[in-house]
Amino acid sequence: MTAAVAELRPTDGTLLKVRELDKHFGPVQALYHVDLDLPYGQVTALCGDNGAGKSVLTKCIAGIYQPDHGQVFWEGNPVHVRNARDAAHLGIETVYQDLALADNLDIVQNMFLGRERLTNQVLLDEDSMERAAKETLAGLRVTTVRSIRQPVASLSGGQRQSVAVAKAVMWNSKLVIMDEPTAALGVVQTRMVLDLIKRLRDRGLSVMVISHNLTDVFEVADRIAVLYLGRLVVQDKASAFDLQTVVQYMTTGGSGPTAGSRTKDS
Amino acid sequence: MAGVAPEQAADLTAAPEAAKAEVPPELIAQTLGEYLRAYGARIRAGESGVLPVIAAMFAIILVFWAISPNHVFLSPVNLVNLFQQAAVFMVLAMAEGFALILGEIDLSVGYVGAIGAAITVQLIQPITTNWNWIPAILAGLLACTVFGAIQGTLITRLRLPSFIVTLAGFLIANGIFLKILLLGPFSGYPNLAGLSDNLQVIYNLMWGTIDPTVSWIGAGVVVVGLGLFMWLGDSRRRRSGLVAPPPSLTLIKIGLIAIVAIVVVAICNANRANLGTLEGVPWMIPIVLAVLGAWTVLLQRTKFGRYIYAIGGNPEAARRAGINVSLVRTVAFALCSFTAGIALLLYASLLNGMSNNLAGGQYVLYAVAAAVIGGTSLFGGRGKPLHGVLGGLVIAAIYNGLYLQGISQVEWQYIVTGLVLLAAIIIDAVSRRGASSGSVTRT
Repeated sequence: MTAAVAELRPTDGTLLKVRELDKHFGPVQALYHVDLDLPYGQVTALCGDNGAGKSVLTKCIAGIYQPDHGQVFWEGNPVHVRNARDAAHLGIETVYQDLALADNLDIVQNMFLGRERLTNQVLLDEDSMERAAKETLAGLRVTTVRSIRQPVASLSGGQRQSVAVAKAVMWNSKLVIMDEPTAALGVVQTRMVLDLIKRLRDRGLSVMVISHNLTDVFEVADRIAVLYLGRLVVQDKASAFDLQTVVQYMTTGGSGPTAGSRTKDS
Repeated sequence: MAGVAPEQAADLTAAPEAAKAEVPPELIAQTLGEYLRAYGARIRAGESGVLPVIAAMFAIILVFWAISPNHVFLSPVNLVNLFQQAAVFMVLAMAEGFALILGEIDLSVGYVGAIGAAITVQLIQPITTNWNWIPAILAGLLACTVFGAIQGTLITRLRLPSFIVTLAGFLIANGIFLKILLLGPFSGYPNLAGLSDNLQVIYNLMWGTIDPTVSWIGAGVVVVGLGLFMWLGDSRRRRSGLVAPPPSLTLIKIGLIAIVAIVVVAICNANRANLGTLEGVPWMIPIVLAVLGAWTVLLQRTKFGRYIYAIGGNPEAARRAGINVSLVRTVAFALCSFTAGIALLLYASLLNGMSNNLAGGQYVLYAVAAAVIGGTSLFGGRGKPLHGVLGGLVIAAIYNGLYLQGISQVEWQYIVTGLVLLAAIIIDAVSRRGASSGSVTRT
């Protein structure tokens, strides 16, 4: 293993490498020997059926769960991400499906929640936070909100997703993990979020998108990785797949022609 | 407003009118006309701010003025009396606000505050301990804070419902309060009568008056200071392209504050005595304003305050943002009890001592009702100290008005308290429903 580790220290444009990651909960083996590469500046889609281990893998990377075995390399260095704070320190931010926004707070307040700027050590520096939030939103071309001082409760689903993403990229993050970003959205809103993901990539960020929606996956992803019953069965450039093969990997763990009968609709 | 999109219309899936209605009007309006229209839309959607409670207050004042014998309701004597009664409700409602914004409730505030007030009144008695008033007040407030911190710890660390923990606290505090009353040779009624500077200071909290000239100067300083602060702050934000209300609105707000200050000082400066002179602003007004100012700054301008709102809005989001949720909630419960101590100290001053006549349970309901009538939500995340002050005034006006009608029997007070509380909860729930029925779907 040590020899392999030394060999794996990458200078090959890989931001995050996961090697031989195992995670079990009691008798349930949620992840088994998972190897995953997330290159710099690319969108990687993580696909898999329900229970395939997508969320567990994400949470292991984001520091919510500790893997039982295996190693994570960040920019070539082995790291232990013990909690969300460690992850944020490295530059890993996660946008969860429920977005974790406080409805009663406005956009600026949400974007700076837990990391408020202060004047003279005591009072909140609202002006500076509002300016920074405005810049970030403008940089992501999130322009449909009427005012960044409106409470998040008054935003549409896509706008809320945008605020959650803007909150994640504000902190010089290098990797943004998005859990089902388009799951609850309508057509226009989905468009808005997919464009936003592309803009993150254009800014040089790595993005990992977890999604069931293969149409969305093929639209934004540069790379696709498929989990099947806790094993990472395939990862490659998106152009190496078509919709049918991804579905086969997701439902059978392989690409053989015997698959197909267990296909579930999305 | 700078930064507002030219392509607003791109967001088609949200119901446009509902979304518009929920936006605070000062954020999307550039002129006063737009502001008023936006405000109208918002009231219809149930997010109304403080205007309804002010309207309700005017209606109540008008009714009681009309029906009170000789229109005595609006006489300076009665109005100052009303302010004094309101002070206890106001401060107690500000205390309850901490729990309500968290999305919790504190049923114990009445008797927990009473413990503090009873300790203070006992400690300053010249024939027993004869403490100086400053350490005596601090000791009383410290006892309240400790009681609140214990309740907060039980609620957060053991994850017990605040309703039950503070119900138990209500009973326990009631018992401790009665025990403290029985200490010393006062037959359960330690009072403020007697020749002692310390007794006099506590009595003056409610009854002492400030010289009329000084009252005017003080009011002038407060209004000019606050006005300059608001005007300069808003102008600076407008200049740097940040979100700010239109200048006319800032001016109207400052004007309203000035009018309120002038009216209140004018009422208090009228001679209220039948013989001799009794004039000037009672000490209790700057005390209430100090609590209002301090808690407004704490809640709106500090990290701690921001975290209380965040926890009330979405505890999970607060936790993921790295906020120490348990600590913030515990401290908020401690501050709630601390503030209740101030409220009951004013009560002791108003009634010239502490006795077992205190209806601590009723005061809790008045406090919750005052906060909710003022605009604080029972469902967490929304509310301001100012709401407690406005709601406290409404409650005191009803209480006082009924009293002037001779409807002072305890059964009517209970019934009216219950009805007012019910009305406040209905308004809160209905306005919430109105607000959420029109808004976009949430995941």
